[in-house]
Amino acid sequence: MDPLVIALIVIATVVVLLLLWLVGAYNGLVRLRNQLKNAWAQIDVQLKRRWDLIPNLVETVKGYTQHEAGTLQRVTEARTAAQKASGGSVAQRAQAEGELSSALGRLMVVVEAYPDLKANQNYLALQEELTSTENRIGFARQFYNDSAMQFNNKIQMFPTNIVAGIFNFKAGEFFELKDEAAREAPKVKF
Amino acid sequence: MWELIAANKRKSVILLTVMAMAMIGAGMLIGQAVAPGAWLVGGFFAFVLWLILSLVSYYSGDAIFLASAGAREIQQTDHPTLFNIVEEMKIASGLPAMPRIYIIDDPRPNAFAVGRDPQHASVAVTAGLLNRLDRDEVQGVIAHELAHVHNRDVLYVMLAAMMIGVIALMADVFLRFLWYGGGRYRSRGRGGGGGQAQAIILLLAILLAILGPIAAQILYFALSRRREYLADACGAAYTRYPEGLASALEKIAANPGLGEQKNRAMAPMYIVNPLQGARSAVGLFSTHPPTEERIRVLRSMAGASLADYEQAYKKAKGGGLLPSGSLKTARPVGVRPAWQEEPNQPRPTPQERARQTSDMLWKLGNYAFIACPCGVRLKVPPGFKSDKVRCPRCKRVHEILRG
Repeated sequence: MDPLVIALIVIATVVVLLLLWLVGAYNGLVRLRNQLKNAWAQIDVQLKRRWDLIPNLVETVKGYTQHEAGTLQRVTEARTAAQKASGGSVAQRAQAEGELSSALGRLMVVVEAYPDLKANQNYLALQEELTSTENRIGFARQFYNDSAMQFNNKIQMFPTNIVAGIFNFKAGEFFELKDEAAREAPKVKF
Repeated sequence: MWELIAANKRKSVILLTVMAMAMIGAGMLIGQAVAPGAWLVGGFFAFVLWLILSLVSYYSGDAIFLASAGAREIQQTDHPTLFNIVEEMKIASGLPAMPRIYIIDDPRPNAFAVGRDPQHASVAVTAGLLNRLDRDEVQGVIAHELAHVHNRDVLYVMLAAMMIGVIALMADVFLRFLWYGGGRYRSRGRGGGGGQAQAIILLLAILLAILGPIAAQILYFALSRRREYLADACGAAYTRYPEGLASALEKIAANPGLGEQKNRAMAPMYIVNPLQGARSAVGLFSTHPPTEERIRVLRSMAGASLADYEQAYKKAKGGGLLPSGSLKTARPVGVRPAWQEEPNQPRPTPQERARQTSDMLWKLGNYAFIACPCGVRLKVPPGFKSDKVRCPRCKRVHEILRG
């Protein structure tokens, strides 16, 4: 066969393979970026779920306790503040949600002194839901950070960083709570 | 873990293709051995069989397996804790849809997951598991199972198991046929030439029938073990608490005597326990590496990331496990504290857990619940003839309302 034809065939094959790889790499990056977006949305979903649980919780606790109006008030206010902050920056949201977490934590500590309330089926179900929601927020954050890491790795590693550069994929930022201590419930020893 | 998932998908396709070729080949051989010239017919039948079984296994394999294990689906209200645990792990593993949850009424602790892809996942646990394990441990088990679904292990293993079943079936049918009635055809064939070739083909077919299932089984076991370690690694990374899975494995492997938990839901109404001696929910996933090994690796993890598991695995076993692409960590991942140490978490005692589980089982069995004012909670079985029942303690009569 004519060596020119052979050369052309080889070049054509190489080009086709390169294109296939390019498409694959681009799709992979898009998939990871979408996964990141979804992970962010998931955090949102769980935070909203927590907001929705709070009115019910406040009502249940109010029925059993006389002197805890202040703590309950703080929880309700923190919730409103968190809802207002939902349009703001990541740092602001993290701050507001962190304060809601600590207000809830203080409420849980206060409730320890009311055995009737602790035995109430309604309250137990609510407590389970609240705990689970806190866990879910934690896991959603975890998954978001894992996804961000995967995405950033893909963007920065050779050879996909070339594709990332061409199509302008930006690295994702990690969702850290500014002050981890603000999230922990205060432990009170009686 | 993209490389592993892609590898699993690739292997599934390869498996299907190889099995198709093997089955068609075997069909042709058997057809030829039975009646010369019938190799085409044999091949065709084998192909049709392969097609039907592939489709059935892919689309209904889950349902078949769950039904054969005696699993019953539960809803959020039946066991909110379990539901919450599964949802937490669904978020941590990034599954797109919430898996369906099934309960198996068996006092031995065990769990499994099925699902051809993450969109159609199901996870099943036994009542014994819910009774014996605390929240951390159940979470570890669920994380491990969801890792199997995420890594597409279930797809591959289910196809492999189906293929092995088919090979065994074909081998069995052929041998039986040979034993009982194949002789006639052979004598007819010997009339013309080619009697030698016929005999050789027959021998090959018999060999295939005997060795095929064994070889397939060996291959299947070898593949499963590596997947279990991988699922352990992913599960520990999801929960950020390897000790949960480790102590869960310890409890499940111990498998103490079943006396106390003998199906309290059904016992009052049946003379013989209907699930006595049935397989526990192990089935597909009984091919595990030694549990002590898995526990050892988990417990020697320094942190809670895949890289930490890889390190622990290398120390314990020598070889590597995960592909290097999935080991990059930008920052170290710490282990979270146990639920037991967190304040203000609901912490049911084992008795409360057992009661919650058996209540759920009773509800699933269509028992009617009646709360008598004297404190007794009556559970009325579905076959109860009258529509009034008397409390055994205070003798009050209650009406039974069936929903």
